[in-house]
Amino acid sequence: MSNLLSVENLTMKFGGLTAIDDLSFDAKNNQITSIIGPNGAGKTTVFNCLTGFYKPTNGQMFLHKEDSKISLRKYTDFKIAYVAKVARTFQNIRLFPAMSVLENLLVAQHNELMVASGYSLYGLLNLKSYRDKEQLAVDKAKYWLDIIGLTHRADDNAGDLPYGDQRKLEIVRAMCIEPRLLCLDEPAAGLNPKESAELNKLLKFIKTEKQTGILLIEHDMSVVMGISDHVVVLNYGKKIFEGTANQTKNSKEVIEAYLGVDE
Amino acid sequence: MEKKDIIQSFKDSLFTGLIALALFGPIVGLRTASKGEGLYITPQWGIVFLLVGLCILGRFLINLNSARKNEITFFSKFTSKFSAITEDKAKHFAITAILFAVVFPFLPFTDRYFMDVAIMILTYIMLGWGLNIVVGLAGLLDLGYVAFYAVGAYSYALIATTFGWSFWICLPLAGLFAAFFGILLGFPVLRLRGDYLAIVTLGFGEIIRIILINWYEVTNGPDGITGIPRPSFFGLPFKRSPDEGETSFHLFFNLEYSTMHRIIFLYYLILVLALITNYFTLKIRKLPVGRAWEALREDEIACKSLGVNPTNTKLTAFAIGAMFGGFAGSFFATRQAFISPESFTFIESAIIVAIVVLGGMGSQTGVVLASIFLIGITEMFRDLEQYRMIAFGGAMVLIMVFKPKGILANRKPTILMHGDKK
Ligand SMILES: Nc1ncnc2c1ncn2[C@@H]1O[C@H](COP(=O)(O)OP(=O)(O)OP(=O)(O)O)[C@@H](O)[C@H]1O
Ligand SMILES: [Mg+2]
Repeated sequence: MSNLLSVENLTMKFGGLTAIDDLSFDAKNNQITSIIGPNGAGKTTVFNCLTGFYKPTNGQMFLHKEDSKISLRKYTDFKIAYVAKVARTFQNIRLFPAMSVLENLLVAQHNELMVASGYSLYGLLNLKSYRDKEQLAVDKAKYWLDIIGLTHRADDNAGDLPYGDQRKLEIVRAMCIEPRLLCLDEPAAGLNPKESAELNKLLKFIKTEKQTGILLIEHDMSVVMGISDHVVVLNYGKKIFEGTANQTKNSKEVIEAYLGVDE
Repeated sequence: MEKKDIIQSFKDSLFTGLIALALFGPIVGLRTASKGEGLYITPQWGIVFLLVGLCILGRFLINLNSARKNEITFFSKFTSKFSAITEDKAKHFAITAILFAVVFPFLPFTDRYFMDVAIMILTYIMLGWGLNIVVGLAGLLDLGYVAFYAVGAYSYALIATTFGWSFWICLPLAGLFAAFFGILLGFPVLRLRGDYLAIVTLGFGEIIRIILINWYEVTNGPDGITGIPRPSFFGLPFKRSPDEGETSFHLFFNLEYSTMHRIIFLYYLILVLALITNYFTLKIRKLPVGRAWEALREDEIACKSLGVNPTNTKLTAFAIGAMFGGFAGSFFATRQAFISPESFTFIESAIIVAIVVLGGMGSQTGVVLASIFLIGITEMFRDLEQYRMIAFGGAMVLIMVFKPKGILANRKPTILMHGDKK
């Protein structure tokens, strides 16, 4: 399997605090790579560096594309999603609560739709070419809503959905930008066992059917063990272990990091 | 309602009275008067007690009303019926309202005064609709909107008096100028949100006004610009006795000369301009850029994570909002034939923001209702002169108490997958 993402010597300091300390790891295409670790280990900070919300103090992040590679450091802000096609979800759900479910998914296709609407000109003239493109965008939204079983709620406000559905909606909204790398920050947080199982199914579907690599932060071990191909364990910003799910489960370092050691 | 509630609200209103006493006591109660050589204090406790009493009573009534929230009160019954009418049958309401607006000048009771008030209300409706793009859709609290109104008015006045071009050429130019200023303001405030944005835009509004006062060579300072050309009816001026070789409106149509002709023309002009603003907003709300505005209002970070460029999105909102402010400014200039910086003070911005917020953020119909309500009430009390601002404040309080989210707070999705259920 080819490499999709390589993180090299990533360091992020906030004043005196080193949230990520010389971290290196790889993530492969069509695989789920999990990042786990106790609270405050620096997992979300890794995501924030990858997706351009923070500028790392040190280190490199590369996204591989056939033979070339692009440096994510060069892109900031919205360009990570727009140009590099790295999508993410948030630890605290960030939907557009007062907008409908369908609208949420259309905003994710904003850039294509902007071009299709001739930067609003064709749209204002109501040209057929624009209306067709808009229909395509709606179809894409419907495709994803069918998969998560929310088509019947397409016209309801996203904020009115139950918590579990909001989580799923945030994931498929990120998928609507057709990302090459999807970063999910604790998608199973607050889900009941049934919803958790559905989430596993959805992530497996994305991994096998879409050309998307997944980077997953998760505390729920049933999710991590069930679907990860590769696990990276962080503690105090340092990588303390890397291996398959099974190896991780049995690793002494990992158990110590989670449970603490007697001095 | 339970007895406990009543006692509770009674206590609460007594406390309100205490605060009112502390405020009104020194401000109203102790009045300085100069008698002979010195200053003396004349106490006016009567008025103070009247005011405090009013506060206690008002607070008590409000408390009673909110304590009975679950029971249907007269006001909520009335207002919910009202919003049901306007939301469910939004289209019917809009058509009826437009039809009424079209025949309004020819209704039997319509006189010069009514027309003036109607023109004023329509100007505020147009400004409200323009600002609605920035505040209601994009969620950028702009307290300096009057700056664009001023830029539009002055651009129009300067272009029209210098080059003598007609209204229909000066209008788009003034709009463009205002849009340009919108972008100019947009750049420095892009990173700011909420309160900070509000403060900077407020400052911008004042800067523009102060420039207008001090840039004497161009703007003629506090004296303002006079002799701004009046609009003509497709080349036919509204004059009693036209110049040599010119035909005026009443001669061309063989009518008795009347100043009402011009007023009616102005009325239709602002009606058309306002409707264009509305049509444009309704259209663009359903386009990707409109959705991006609303998404930005909802969550800017999520927008970035989806590849939406917040800079461009905000700038378009500022530019388009400013453009409509500029159009309204042009209209103002041509109607008044005289403008001065005094017309563009902060209170104007405040009124427009109040119209948008009280109408229900983002609601086009809400802007109409709020304009009629706020401007109409203030006009009704014009005889009371400075006290009419109390009426304005009172109207605002009424809306906030009974409709805290604005008169019409229901948002309709811009696109439906399953079509209208009804
Ligand atoms: N913007 C910031 N400024 C200062 N410190 C920060 C900032 N962001 C994160 N940190 C610190 O970096 C450390 C790592 O935080 P991070 O949010 O990445 O942890 P996490 O592994 O995601 O934890 P959790 O499992 O609780 O989500 C914490 O000590 C946190 O306080
Ligand atoms: Mg975290």
